[in-house]
Amino acid sequence: MSALFGKLAPGFWRRVGAMVRKEFVQLKRDRVTFATIISVPMMQLVLFGYAINTTPRNLPTAVLLQESSDVGRTILKAIENTKYFKITRQVHDEAEFDRVLASGEVLFAIEIPRGFERALRRGDHPAILVAADATDPVASSVALGTLGNILQTALRNDRAIPDSGQLPFEIRTHARYNPAGASQLNIVPGLMGTILTMTMLIFTALSVTREVERGTMESLLAMPITPFEIMLGKIVPYVLIGFFQASFILGAGVVLFGVPIVGNLGLLAALSTLFIATNLAIGYTFSTLAQNQLQAIQMAMMFFLPNMLMSGFAFPFLGMPKWAQWFSEWLPLTHYIRIVRAIMLKGSTLGDLHYDTLALAGLMMVAMFIAVTRFRRTLD
Amino acid sequence: MSAASEIVIDVHGLTKKFDGRAVVRDLSMQVKRGTIYGFLGPNGSGKTTTIRMLCGLLTPDEGNGTCLGYDIRTEADKIKRQVGYMTQRFSLYQDLSVRENLEFVARIYGINDPTGAVRDMIVRLGLNGREEQIAGTLSGGWKQRLALGACTLPGPQLLLLDEPTAGVDPKARREFWNEIHALAAKGLTALVSTHYMDEAERCHEIAYIAYGELLTHGTVDEVIHESHLTTYSVSGEGVMALSATLEKSKGVDTVAPFGTNLHVSGHDRAALDAAIAPYRDDPKLSWSVISPSLEDVFIGLMGKAKDNFQ
Ligand SMILES: Nc1ncnc2c1ncn2[C@@H]1O[C@H](COP(=O)(O)OP(=O)(O)OP(=O)(O)O)[C@@H](O)[C@H]1O
Ligand SMILES: [Mg+2]
Repeated sequence: MSALFGKLAPGFWRRVGAMVRKEFVQLKRDRVTFATIISVPMMQLVLFGYAINTTPRNLPTAVLLQESSDVGRTILKAIENTKYFKITRQVHDEAEFDRVLASGEVLFAIEIPRGFERALRRGDHPAILVAADATDPVASSVALGTLGNILQTALRNDRAIPDSGQLPFEIRTHARYNPAGASQLNIVPGLMGTILTMTMLIFTALSVTREVERGTMESLLAMPITPFEIMLGKIVPYVLIGFFQASFILGAGVVLFGVPIVGNLGLLAALSTLFIATNLAIGYTFSTLAQNQLQAIQMAMMFFLPNMLMSGFAFPFLGMPKWAQWFSEWLPLTHYIRIVRAIMLKGSTLGDLHYDTLALAGLMMVAMFIAVTRFRRTLD
Repeated sequence: MSAASEIVIDVHGLTKKFDGRAVVRDLSMQVKRGTIYGFLGPNGSGKTTTIRMLCGLLTPDEGNGTCLGYDIRTEADKIKRQVGYMTQRFSLYQDLSVRENLEFVARIYGINDPTGAVRDMIVRLGLNGREEQIAGTLSGGWKQRLALGACTLPGPQLLLLDEPTAGVDPKARREFWNEIHALAAKGLTALVSTHYMDEAERCHEIAYIAYGELLTHGTVDEVIHESHLTTYSVSGEGVMALSATLEKSKGVDTVAPFGTNLHVSGHDRAALDAAIAPYRDDPKLSWSVISPSLEDVFIGLMGKAKDNFQ
């Protein structure tokens, strides 16, 4: 780092230390802001975690029984037993089938065709039609994903049906959208990255503009302290705070949502710290570019939105057009989400993740470089 | 020490423009080591701007020079180590306590034993008992003292004080000036901007700036002498009514009440005498020639400057 910013002057760490100390005291004084910035995201984690994560329940479902058979009833019973689906309506023809689905009265409609039982006993592999309302892809995909297993288990006990080890019939789904893996396991890592991005950006986006607006910058600039020292002094305290916050979110993820951590916890901690520092550096850069606090907040928001929407958290990364994917490579959250998913769910090592790690480090360096060169050393 | 290093501030032709408007124009200034240099001028005349250029906080558009032997354009880092700059607006941290503010400064400058040095400074400033008070809650005068303490703490060679005594009570002001004189005796140089005439008279040398131009400089006596100003003091019945009439007369530069007296000044002795001739023999008024005060001189300079630049 010193290669990038020139030789460190004597007393460098002492001045950075003085700055860090000062920032901590100021944070301590402004407890309300501090508590809000820390606690609101925690509440969001719990709120979103439960709201988004818990597997969908009691989704309204319509059925169209084209024949009256034991197998048909067993299947319907099994479907309802999953708790994912709740049969709210029995329809009598295909027109009605389409209408309830289109009107949004139900999210799913299941059709058991005429002659289903006979075909099944013959081993003909008949099809059940499950139409899903694709406007709520996340909800429908989870429910659809589990349907096959559930029915297989339910029908295994029915001696009337030949047990071939495989599902004796086909589930023909009509959902056009099926995100790669929108399960709760993916949402906690995503939320963790989003919340960290938000908090860290806000912490440093205000740091320089606040000094300018309060008039303290004039004194600070008249003191023998370099822009690089000021920057480090303002970033380091929040690295510690961010680290604490990340641990808390991770703890909540494990305890409340049962997210497993397959990989190395130390590696996850180290790369999370890198991600935190990258966001702090970017926030700090905004703070050196903005004229006032409002501008700084706006820049942070402008940066936050694409991070949230295009990083692969909200929508599947590979589902985006190529140019958008290329653009997203410039967003720290894109790399962090890959890192977190890989370590937590796949147990990846640093060797597997060297591209994303280097990308994060590179983004941090670029941000710091811009911040140090753009930092106004005078009041001109 | 060489003769050159005896000149602590040596700048030539400094010009600073904001949005194309020159705020400081062709300003040259030499200040010797150990001098207390008073910097006077009306509001908006460019005092703060000049001081900021001296410590490298603003880059001059034209002109150059040195401060403590370091180039003000290229060696601002070195200047900052040895200059204590007290800003006009309180610019310490309002949300830190007195002690925390001073300790922050002490640590940035790398003072040995910052805690001890700060403890001593708090006693010297008379702030003991208020160490833990949050700076933002101090009264205006106490804030000024804290700010002064913060800029003298690192033991600078040069103090740049921008209106350090604004809003400070008379006793504290006297103590402040005693302190500055004691420091100057040890070789410290101070450039002090002020609006108070009595403070100007406590300075070794003064400079007067108006509308960005340095109009005069020297010791108080030199400045008064070089003004070539003649001042009459007039007192008696109806003297205040006279003021309005005289102000408009040709040859009278300024008319200013001083208690029950009126000071009537002009640069051209003959014209001034002619202007007051009609009232000189009024038995109810008594006239006398006095040595003009600094205030008379400055008000006169301001009047002239306005004619020149507006
Ligand atoms: N950053 C700036 N941008 C634009 N104009 C400025 C800036 N700083 C100062 N000025 C202008 O420069 C002029 C001189 O200002 P300066 O603060 O130097 O005056 P001053 O002599 O210190 O006045 P005072 O006695 O009121 O403190 C003023 O007209 C002011 O409006
Ligand atoms: Mg000023």
